[in-house]
Amino acid sequence: MRILTINGFTHVVDMPDDTPLLWVIRENLKMTGTKFGCGAGLCGACTVHLNGVAVRSCQTSLEEAAGQEITTIEGLDPAGQHPVQRAWIAEQVPQCGYCQSGQIMQAASLLQKNPNPSDAEIIAAMNGNLCRCATYIRIKKAIKRAAVEMRRV
Amino acid sequence: MDTIEGKMQSQVSRRHFLVGTAAAGAGLTIGCVIGPSVLGTASEAFAANNYSPTMLYTISPAGIVTVHVNKSEMGQHVGTALAQEIAEELEVDWKNMRLDYPDFTAFFTGGSLSILSTFMGACQAGAAGRMALLDAGAKELGVTPSDVHAEKGWVIAKGGKKISYAQLVASGKVDKVYKDDELKKIAIKKGGYKILGKPLLALDIPAKTNGRALFGIDYFVDNMVYGKIVRPPVRIGAKPKKTGDKDAIDDSEAKKIPGYLSYVAMPDPLGVNTYYVIALANNFPTAIKAARAIKVDWDLGPNANVSSDDILQRAKELVADPNAGGLYWLIGDPKKAYDAAPVKIDAEYVTPLASHVPIEPMNAVAFFDKGTLHLYSGSQLQAAHQPMLAAATGLKPAQVVIHQMYLGGGFGRRLDDDDVMIPAALAAKAIGRPVKIIYTRDEDLRNDFYRSITYQRLRAGLDTKGNVLALRHDVCMASSAQRAAPALLTPSKDKGNKYKVDSSSMSGSDSWYGIPNYAARDITNDLGQRATPPGFLRSVSTAWTFFALESFLDELARKTGKSPVQLRLALLTAEGPNAGSVPMSVGGADRIAAVIKKAAKETDFEKKHGRLGSGRGIGLAATTHFRDTPTWTCGIAEVAVDKSSGEIKVEHFTTAIDLGLPVNTDGALSQCEGGTLFGLSLAMYEQATMHNGLLDQTNFDTYTPIRMAQVPEVTIHILANGHTPVGVGEPAVTVVAPAISNAVYDAVGIRLRHLPFTPDKVKALLKS
Repeated sequence: MRILTINGFTHVVDMPDDTPLLWVIRENLKMTGTKFGCGAGLCGACTVHLNGVAVRSCQTSLEEAAGQEITTIEGLDPAGQHPVQRAWIAEQVPQCGYCQSGQIMQAASLLQKNPNPSDAEIIAAMNGNLCRCATYIRIKKAIKRAAVEMRRV
Repeated sequence: MDTIEGKMQSQVSRRHFLVGTAAAGAGLTIGCVIGPSVLGTASEAFAANNYSPTMLYTISPAGIVTVHVNKSEMGQHVGTALAQEIAEELEVDWKNMRLDYPDFTAFFTGGSLSILSTFMGACQAGAAGRMALLDAGAKELGVTPSDVHAEKGWVIAKGGKKISYAQLVASGKVDKVYKDDELKKIAIKKGGYKILGKPLLALDIPAKTNGRALFGIDYFVDNMVYGKIVRPPVRIGAKPKKTGDKDAIDDSEAKKIPGYLSYVAMPDPLGVNTYYVIALANNFPTAIKAARAIKVDWDLGPNANVSSDDILQRAKELVADPNAGGLYWLIGDPKKAYDAAPVKIDAEYVTPLASHVPIEPMNAVAFFDKGTLHLYSGSQLQAAHQPMLAAATGLKPAQVVIHQMYLGGGFGRRLDDDDVMIPAALAAKAIGRPVKIIYTRDEDLRNDFYRSITYQRLRAGLDTKGNVLALRHDVCMASSAQRAAPALLTPSKDKGNKYKVDSSSMSGSDSWYGIPNYAARDITNDLGQRATPPGFLRSVSTAWTFFALESFLDELARKTGKSPVQLRLALLTAEGPNAGSVPMSVGGADRIAAVIKKAAKETDFEKKHGRLGSGRGIGLAATTHFRDTPTWTCGIAEVAVDKSSGEIKVEHFTTAIDLGLPVNTDGALSQCEGGTLFGLSLAMYEQATMHNGLLDQTNFDTYTPIRMAQVPEVTIHILANGHTPVGVGEPAVTVVAPAISNAVYDAVGIRLRHLPFTPDKVKALLKS
């Protein structure tokens, strides 16, 4: 029995300690915005925030996540209006959209730490997130747009 | 068109439009009926549900227009494009347009065919709705129909009296049937668009930024169990050995895992795969553990020793055999002209196995309810899979419903998603509970229907001035259509029905170049066919045929001292078979010439070619995906090659593409950007290898699609000339590999004829 705090809500989860956080979020809690892609930390589709920092939920066990502040795409902004989300719409980033929750969570974590990232810093932060539709050109543009907006606030 | 879509379109030519009320309070529905004459009123027809009309869109009593999208949404924003076509003609405010995704309708999504095949019908459906509303509005306003016009959801009479579509719909008085002859008279706009051709925001995008978009993997149902397939160590052909009269399957270790339920095992009744052993558990992580714990003693079958090198070797043998295969394309007498030509140039090209790897792995939920099988799975080919699932489970097709979900990437993989729906349905049937099967990533990679290994030989006969007298293009591959859609095969030009050819493997070898003696030979690689098995990967054959053809033309240009642009333009004369025809290919070869000129001008190609120096080069390729529904595309790569490391850096990729009428200019641009990078990924970074009948690669550490750090500058020039819209999902893929190969030759004088262009290949060629 473990207690998880996700998007400010507390959940009691009865699963083995080694269960990946990803599956707890998706199957036990039915929050499906966080996606399964590779199960090995190689694609980034399952990215969530642990205490504000991007982590791969497929590589984070229930035991490690217990007691930490977890944020998923559903909780990034209650109205889906985080500057990164707004920039994603303005730049029309998503194609199939499957990897985009992970991309957005990764980008939001980058901008939290670095409000004015260079191209090289964007690539360094985002290179672990695969997009098979290859929307990378627009992802980069959207991160820059969001950075401008976040610095203005 | 010898495509599934083409066959459907020929049925649609006998259609009727119904404009009427489907159910009380449900609003006005505009539907399309395929088949013989419709009797009675439209509303009666909808109410009786006698005609299974395809609902195209519904206008609610509040004036909201919902388009019922009959194409799978896999990133191309097809619903938004359909809505733009309907809204333009229906004459409604864009902000009142909505999309929904109905349960099973007989459809197919692929081949970059959605827009070009639905454009006329969607525009006419919009116009039919507008005309019916105008008639009804004129009556309500007490004026003649010629005295009203439509504007943003209102019927407006001369003098300003008006009534809204919403009021007319609420009145329930709109009811009209457009029969065949009336349908033909519906004219659609030829220009002056307000909504078509505009970069409107895609309607599916907001839900893809907040986690609310639901993909197949996101579907849950009460009482559901999770299935993980226990895979044999070969891709296809293995089944369990027998212990006595029982299958040699031992789940005693799995039984020790809390949450493990049981396993089910059965052959695939349709031969899509060979045999399924499925571990069932009450959650997916446990199903994975249980599948690992179940021991199966496999009879590995006929492919246990097959490697990708064996498949390539077999292809070389087949191409060397003049009696193998059959002619897909034939003009003049290529053999005679080639044999007689004073100058002969030959070259061979290779493409490796490649995998789709959509980031959403294959998955499906299946359950039975009141005699109906329900399936939730992102699919590109519901039309074929509904009857297949019925056959696999002993139902009638009408008892199978494939519910639409978003596709977490299609790329052609989900044309073959029956491979996960069948085991899910069989398992659900066996245990009497809903079953969700998800592939793990290694399973997804190792159980794909791959882009075939291809081996191609090109032979040109030239005169002493360098004019191309004959071109012979041999393509040896495993045929996806032979495996999955034999109805699409057509008789060969030389052997008729004794050897049938596959346009999905050959298209592109029938290029628009005016070569007087020109042949393309289709040769099925029997070993690849059996062991890989082949599937449809984004752009399918045009990604390999044009890699070979466009690289080869560059070789001819080099050897004859011509510019790559001038050599192509001289061959592109819009006459004879290359004159083009209305509506799909109007303009013919002139349109491919136009995109070549545009791309060359924008990149200063003629000035840079052969002159950049210091390891830098520029290369060009032009393609038409497909011959009967061509999108005219030219790509130019600018590269820098590091001779010591063998690294190719693509610095800039420029594409000029003639889309006729791009329905959504920003959506088209997005598809071209993604397509370019997809093509770059296949050209530079993706290679699967097979040993002992199984892929070596298991995840994104060894199978490595393009990442952000590898993205060059990309410039897309869309030519919009108002001709019929053509496809945009795939064409940008096809120019990339040959343009890079040609640019590398320009840079350092080596000819890359074998994908992908890895540093070790560059170094080996530089050494030799």
